[in-house]
Amino acid sequence: MSLRTPLGKVLGRGSAKQGVAHWWAQRVSAVALVPLTLWFAFQVVHLPTTDQFAVREWIASGFNPVLLLLLVGTLAWHSALGVQVVLEDYVPNKAVKLTALLTNTFIHVVVAVAASYAVLRIAFTTLAQG
Amino acid sequence: MPQRPLSPHLSVYRFAYTMATSIAHRASGIVLSVGLLLLAWWFIAAAGDEAGYALAVAVIGGGFGKLLLAGWLIAFCYHLCNGLRHLNWDVGRGLEKAEARRSAAVVIAVSAVLALAFVFAAFFSGVPR
Repeated sequence: MSLRTPLGKVLGRGSAKQGVAHWWAQRVSAVALVPLTLWFAFQVVHLPTTDQFAVREWIASGFNPVLLLLLVGTLAWHSALGVQVVLEDYVPNKAVKLTALLTNTFIHVVVAVAASYAVLRIAFTTLAQG
Repeated sequence: MPQRPLSPHLSVYRFAYTMATSIAHRASGIVLSVGLLLLAWWFIAAAGDEAGYALAVAVIGGGFGKLLLAGWLIAFCYHLCNGLRHLNWDVGRGLEKAEARRSAAVVIAVSAVLALAFVFAAFFSGVPR
């Protein structure tokens, strides 16, 4: 039998290491994704063709590069936060969990940077060609 | 590591269909995360050479790819509608049991209509493809 009081047992565990930042970020990115994803889905179903030059023209035209950069960044952010929670909940082994969480973060950052680079490259090269 | 009580004890609850909408939110989220990889591939391929783009379109637009796209469309519509349901809860509304059951039914109905609307727009909007 432990001589520690019930209160003593639950106090002094330290903080959970993060506050509500994750929760808030998931909601903020969710709100941003409502118009961004609807706009994107609407645009894609109305693409007349998936021909490479037509797709480049569409990516580069008007305000689209800005919206696509916002879309790619916010999607990767929201997705990273969501997958993180699933991994934290369902991977019991600590070493596997840490590895999975790091991999999750790295993949999402790489995806966001690579897709953004692709959008920018298309925007600038299409612009240069007139 | 100290032994602490674990939560949630899923097995002690009687099944309610609102549970299914909850786990489906996670499942559709994971499906969409995989879809993000393909979206990125499409953009990266579009920025690259013709052979790479032809491969991407062949895979994504092929028979199996179309099946995946249909799955992503359903996952997207559901995750969007159920996400709005979550945001409504986050501001403190609709948390009563009866309200949650009703909103679950609304989410399923609206996401089905939304998915059909996108299919209609993509294939029957008069755009030749």
